[in-house]
Amino acid sequence: MAVRTLTIDSKQVSAEEGTTILGAARDAGISIPTLCHLDGIYDVGACRMCLVELAGSPRLLPACTTMVAEGMDVRTQSDRLRRYRRMILELLFAERNHVCAACVSNGHCELQTMAYSQGMDHVRFAYQSPLLEVDLTHASFGMDHNRCILCTRCVRVCWHIEGAGTKNVSGRGTHARIISDLNQPWGMSETCSACGKCIQACPTGALFRRGMTAGEMERDRTRLEFLVNAREKKQWNV
Amino acid sequence: MAQRIVIDPVTRIEGHAKITIQLDDDGQVTDAQFHVVEFRGFERFCEGRPLWEMPGLTARTCGICPVSHLLASARAGDEILAVQVPPAADKLRRLMNLAQMVQSHALSFFHLSAPDFLMGWDAPVEKRNVFGLLGTRPELVRAGVRLRQFGQEVIEILGGKKVHPSWAVPGGVRSGLTLAGRERIRTGLPEAFQTARLALRLFKDLAGSLNREIQIFGNFPSLFLGLVGPDGEWEHHGGRLRFMDSSGSILVDQLDPQNYREYIGEAVQSSSYLKSPYFKPLGPEEGMYRVGPLARLNVCKSMGTPEADVELKEFRKHSNGAVTSSFLYHHARLIEILTSLERIERMLEDPELHSDHLRADAGVNRLRGVGVSEAPRGTLFHDYEVDRDGVVTKVNLVIATGQNNLAMNRTVAQIAKHYVKGPHVPEAMLNRVEHGIRNFDPCLSCSTHALGQMPLVIRLVGPDGTVLDERRRD
Ligand code: SF4
Ligand code: SF4
Ligand code: FES
Repeated sequence: MAVRTLTIDSKQVSAEEGTTILGAARDAGISIPTLCHLDGIYDVGACRMCLVELAGSPRLLPACTTMVAEGMDVRTQSDRLRRYRRMILELLFAERNHVCAACVSNGHCELQTMAYSQGMDHVRFAYQSPLLEVDLTHASFGMDHNRCILCTRCVRVCWHIEGAGTKNVSGRGTHARIISDLNQPWGMSETCSACGKCIQACPTGALFRRGMTAGEMERDRTRLEFLVNAREKKQWNV
Repeated sequence: MAQRIVIDPVTRIEGHAKITIQLDDDGQVTDAQFHVVEFRGFERFCEGRPLWEMPGLTARTCGICPVSHLLASARAGDEILAVQVPPAADKLRRLMNLAQMVQSHALSFFHLSAPDFLMGWDAPVEKRNVFGLLGTRPELVRAGVRLRQFGQEVIEILGGKKVHPSWAVPGGVRSGLTLAGRERIRTGLPEAFQTARLALRLFKDLAGSLNREIQIFGNFPSLFLGLVGPDGEWEHHGGRLRFMDSSGSILVDQLDPQNYREYIGEAVQSSSYLKSPYFKPLGPEEGMYRVGPLARLNVCKSMGTPEADVELKEFRKHSNGAVTSSFLYHHARLIEILTSLERIERMLEDPELHSDHLRADAGVNRLRGVGVSEAPRGTLFHDYEVDRDGVVTKVNLVIATGQNNLAMNRTVAQIAKHYVKGPHVPEAMLNRVEHGIRNFDPCLSCSTHALGQMPLVIRLVGPDGTVLDERRRD
């Protein structure tokens, strides 16, 4: 496969054609903040945390869905980028209801960790405080829409790793919701195989195992990676 | 012209309070109110949440006694799961509650209350506080600080740094006690005992010269409520409810906390945002009851530990029936510190504390559950209703400060009657009214936690019921 050479943060980097900027940066030891990206499944560019600057382009581009090209000059750090990332985080917090201290994911949450690492110390936007539901109808799992950031990781693992196709997105904008099947209580879903992959994939406290108390929900993403690798690289022991 | 004197805020009580003293045409005190501005949204805020998040959620909402909410909430959860909590978990919860008694009572006595009676009621305000006391009795202040630290350390050993917001959970607790943790607790005990005994001696020596305070700082008949054990002994977690009147007769005994509503009504006070619970069979007026250290010492048959039982005997010499002076909450608090330490010491011998069977698992088996625990300030009820999936549909919290609200009003009125002569308020009275409230160690921010600021209206009402003046803050 053809190799492309480019510059990321003044560092010469080469990557195979078809690699994303995010992938190339990570291979080169340069980290770019992400939320909707999950190793092992395809990217959709939903959260915009991974925005980078490209020399010669006035627009900011998501590193997770932009492919490398010959001679690209990419910057992953700048005041402008930091400002945007903080703003994105603030909007995520303002959009729904996050009460970290009482949250099942407190201390193990990607959104919370990201907010700390990006220096988000307050939210400048008005909290929308929408009235949202908690769905505890499933025998093993729960979904709290108050904490969902609509990253769609759950949807993607459900369709593309498990192949159940239970999780979907309905509605648009502020009305967008993660639903099960045709928008019915999760416990009534006929397609959910209760595999728990969405639980492992969720970056926040939106999806959890039933009975979890504050700060108790820890996830093991290596399980997802294992499945993907096993499938792609034919590592099944059969 | 009837007048109102408003004292605000009561210093040194965590949170804010407002006191209204009603004078008649002759400038005589007719009535007084201690308004607790409760933000009522809190109970609503819990509705729709998973049952399992309630201990963490309620503990975080009350910054003053999070441990008490944690434990009462977990107990309500136990009831809904309908499980038998593993014995070790129950013991560890009790251990934490005892530590909470020690640390909270130490704060109330040494930091908040002792400056008043040690520095003198009329000492200037900048002296009449813990810093003033530090100047004259540094050893006492330090001992108090260390005692509080001991209680906090036990809590930390069990619940982790920063008190894990959800150490106690429906069905049990999340982590146990290590042998190293036990040794740390053991090491701190001798000094803690010493301080408890020192404070008791100090208070009893002073009591002779505090007769006036004992007589007028909220001395009146009322009912008393507290948990008791199966033999009527002092109880703080688990156990059943007992109501006693001021003659010392038991009105209700061994009441299952699940049925508290049969005996406790909740009146909504127009002058306060706090609900005022009362003993139902006697109605809102006659049914006024007190909770907390004084009440617990009145209702119990014995403390159940040797040193504290000797102290209880002496304490009871204050009266033939129940001890009715609210000023003696302080004394009761010190005896409770002592019994808590004795109980902690005894518990440390129990090998079961180190068991790793700490959590019973179950789904939702009942749609309602009441969790009761004795918070340092008094009996705390968490009453939850859930749907079949465990989503909370209704929450009722009955907190100590609410239950003592009517008695606090009475206390303020009694003190004011002795000091207010005419339209002017002597500085001496302000301090004493403040202290009258401090007897009860109210947990204001618990009942007033402001998610947003509650607009406030202050009304002047004359003897004929007309509004004479109105001041509002929006
Ligand atoms: S999902 Fe994360 S950010 Fe949101 S409340 Fe939970 S811990 Fe906080
Ligand atoms: S439920 Fe979790 S994984 Fe799914 S979209 Fe929301 S935040 Fe992302
Ligand atoms: S990680 Fe690239 S847009 Fe979310």
